[in-house]
Parts: sequence; C-alpha cells; structure tokens
Amino acid sequence: MNILVCITHVPDTTSRIAFTENDTQFDKNGVQFIIGPYDDYALARAVELRDATAGKLTVLNVGEADTEPTIRKALAIGADEAVRVNAFPSDSFFVANQIAAVAKEGNYDLILMGRESIDFNGGMVHGMVGELLGLPSFSPVMKMDIDGGNATLSREIEGGKETLEVSLPFVAGCQEPIAEWKIPNMRGIMSARSKPLNVIEPTDNTVKTSVSAYVLPDTKGAVKMIEKDNVAALVDLLKNEAKVL
Amino acid sequence: MSILVFIETEEGKIKKSSREAISYGAAIGEVTALALGEVSTDELATAGQNGATKVLHAADAKLNSGLIQPYAEVIAQAMESCAADILITAKSSLADAIVGRVAVKTGAALASNVAALPDTSNGFVVKRSIYTGKAFANVSLDADKKIIAIKKNAVPLKEGGGVAAVEAFAANLEDSMFGTTITATEKAEGDVLLPEADIVVSGGRGLKGPENWGIIEDLAKTLGAATGCSKPVSDMDWRPHHEHVGQTGIKVAPSLYIAVGISGAIQHLAGVNSSKYIVVINKDEEAPFFKAADYGIVGDAFEVLPKLTEALKTALA
Repeated sequence: MNILVCITHVPDTTSRIAFTENDTQFDKNGVQFIIGPYDDYALARAVELRDATAGKLTVLNVGEADTEPTIRKALAIGADEAVRVNAFPSDSFFVANQIAAVAKEGNYDLILMGRESIDFNGGMVHGMVGELLGLPSFSPVMKMDIDGGNATLSREIEGGKETLEVSLPFVAGCQEPIAEWKIPNMRGIMSARSKPLNVIEPTDNTVKTSVSAYVLPDTKGAVKMIEKDNVAALVDLLKNEAKVL
Repeated sequence: MSILVFIETEEGKIKKSSREAISYGAAIGEVTALALGEVSTDELATAGQNGATKVLHAADAKLNSGLIQPYAEVIAQAMESCAADILITAKSSLADAIVGRVAVKTGAALASNVAALPDTSNGFVVKRSIYTGKAFANVSLDADKKIIAIKKNAVPLKEGGGVAAVEAFAANLEDSMFGTTITATEKAEGDVLLPEADIVVSGGRGLKGPENWGIIEDLAKTLGAATGCSKPVSDMDWRPHHEHVGQTGIKVAPSLYIAVGISGAIQHLAGVNSSKYIVVINKDEEAPFFKAADYGIVGDAFEVLPKLTEALKTALA
C-alpha cells in the first residue's frame, strides 16, 4: 500500500504564545516545534499499515527550511521518504492545493493527516484535498482497518461515533485512539539521516485569506477561593455574580 | 447580503448551535436556512425565531444521516440556487468535515472557529480563535464568496422573531455521491451534547474510578449540563473518548465549566479556555487549574460534590 501522510510543524502544546512585529508575526523565540499531535496519530497508524502490507510511506510537509528537523523526526518514526513543499503554509486552501498536486503524482491508496493543526486549528485541509482530488474525505477518524481495497472507519460524532464502510483511495483527518504515538528509536534516528527528503517549489500560489493581526485574549482575574464547608457561597456567586445559573 | 445558513438537527430538533449560526447571519444580512433530511416542517419554521426568513428543505430520506460528500454537494447547490454571498455554519463534527469541500466547489474563502461578527469597514475581516484558544487572528476573507464556521457563543442567541417560510429544495443527487455507507451509529440518547452545552461538569483522575461517576452525573443533571473528562480518564477507558475535553479532544466553550479532580495540565486547559466561567474543585491546593479558575474550592470531591448538588437543587427549585 502506498500511503501519503501530511504533517504540520507546530509549537509544542506547552508553548507560551506571543507575537512580534506589531502583532503580525508569531514569536518563535524559545518555542519548541513538534509534529502536530493529530498528524502524529495519522503517522503512527500509517507506519502500522505500511508494515502490515509492505508498502511505502511518504511524509509531506508544506513549510520553509526550518521544518526539516520535524520532517526528519517523521522519517525516524518510520516514513520511507519525505517531500517538503518550500513555502510558508499561509492559508488552508494554499496548503490543500500543494498536497493535491503531490498526491496527483504519487498514486496513493491513502492520504492521511491530523484532524486539524494545533496552530491554526482550521481542520479544513482534509476536506479541501478530498474535493480537489475527487476523493471521499472523512474526519475525525478514530479507527481505521484496511482489508484489501476496502476500509472500515470509525468517525467521532457528537455524543458518540459512527462506523463507515468505504473503498480506497480516500483522504482522512485522524485523531486518537487510531494508534499509539511512536517514539523514534536510535536505529530510526540514524537511518532518517540518509532517507530522501525532496524539496519542491509550490505549484499554485493562490490564497483566499490573509491575517491582518494577531490578538491575545484578555487575561483572567484572580481566582476567588471558597471554603469547602460553604458551598452556598459558591452557588450565590454563580447565580448573582457570574449569572450563569 | 444574501446569506445561507446550514442548520443541523438532533433528535428532530434544530441544534442550539445552528440557532446561533442563524442569529449570526441575521446580524449581517437576510438569512435563508438550509436543512437536510427528514425533519418536521413545524420545527424548521421555528428557524424564524432566530432570524431566518426562509428555510430550504432538502427532505430526501437519503440525506437523513450526515454523509460528507452528498451534504457538501447539496450545500454548494443551495448556495448557487439562492445566489448566496456567504455560507454560515456552526462548527461541529459534521460541518468541519464538509465545509472544506464546499469551499473548493464554490471557490469561497473559508474561516473556521470564528468568534465574533465580521468587521466590514475595510473588506471582510473575522476574528478567529487560533493556537487552541490561546490567541485570535483577524483574518481577511479575500474571495467574492465566503464561508464562516462559528464557535459557540460567537454571538448572543437572537430570539423572538417570526415564522420562517419552509420551501422544498430539490437537490440534484447522484448515486455516485453515495459510495460511503454508515453501517452503525453509537450515540448516547437524551444526553446534553458536550460541544453544545452551556454548562459542562468534568471529572478527572481525582474521582478514582469509573464507578464514582455518579456524583459527576448528579451534579450535571441538576444543572442540565453535559459531562466531560480529562485525557487520562478517557485513556483508561473510564469514560468514552467523545467526553474527552482538551488539546486532543473536544474544545468546549460553555458559560460555566466545573472541573472536579482535574489538576489542570496545559493540554486540558487548551480545551476549556473559551469558557466564560471556570469552577475548580480539587483537594490539592497546589493544582495548577486554580490559576485558570474564577472560583475554587480546595476539598475532597466525594465530600464537596454531594453538598454542592444539594445546594444547587434548592437554589434552582
């Protein structure tokens, strides 16, 4: 099976978020970048499926040169080769176009990614890629079993889940518990250095959105502590101060 | 401006989040709502309460379950048919899967997680939540057609409008759109849906085991709240994944979030930071969650919760 996994290069979940250049740029200072946690689930499941079918696994990132350590980590986890589209991922439509262009060349059975990135949280790219390629798309997928040319998926819905029968190829946005995150071992890290990482230029520069400014939320006031024997005081605050009851 | 609002129903009723989406649309233009699958006309007419003048209803039974490809196709057809400039939906598990496809079909610019009404003084700019609630971006939608998926509480719910006229919408459905089959659906019935809930009561490892969830459920029931949980609780299968609130789970935006026995790891806070008010109950006074809370009680959940439930019952009676 021939699998494409699209990964994002995003700030670690514990990062402090700040902006520079008059609130028009993300402040990368001191920020650790990681493979998007949802993408990491997609990658882990893809490694399992590749191993089970003796297929090939390609990772794709749309990003500038500073994303390469993150791509190498995906190679260390088990991808066979990587493609980087050399451009800043400024807009979901732009990213979807790059993915679709790579996918059209590769004849993939599966195109996987996280349900959303954790920087822009759009969760829109899987649907766009599916539509651009004329393939079905599903998200958020929490279980994926492949049997020949067919797949059984479990998709989370509000208050539960649904089981779907689909045929390959398709696009899926993944989330836990589709697979356990994989940690690269020493052999993986060593071999990742020599695996191919091809850099290509974007094929289409259309964007449909642009960010004019970033804004931080208002800071919260101090917490009011209430004695555990005085729950009535909490009820009073919820009713008369917060007015949420 | 001509606005189409995609609305979802749940157990035959229009979801509250869809009513918020209609309210959002009504604040910027004339709203036509679109409903898919079999729903009663009387129920759809109530979309007028929130500001819709008309409801298009594609009542084909094939659309009763939320199939991603046909839904995207019907929504795009409806946008075309009513010459809509803007499509608005509430962010949901279904809408998230659909709107990217609709954007490609229609050439629209798309923004999701939108938290406020657009600023149209210079173009069309929306404020959207990014970095899992830790910041906002003002995003300009630079195409003639626009799609907006709104977060909960993006606008106050508009009520007291009239009755919307319900018209049949003859969608052009082709068999090729129905290549996917839903073979089973597992869903808790009658429960308040977590992403829709105005009040959420969540439990963490401090509850010690799934057998102790009764005190969380009692409090939730008293408040008409949904129940949630932390990641460890869902990982240990004490509670199902669709109740997991946090960075890799559901992001909630209720008016009131009550966290019981949850320490407040940054990944959990990422799922709750859009809540208006947060109450933390934890026996460890050093729990980091207190720093993110509005109200806090240091105490044992098994002691505090039954008392709180009783006090609320009296107060709400």
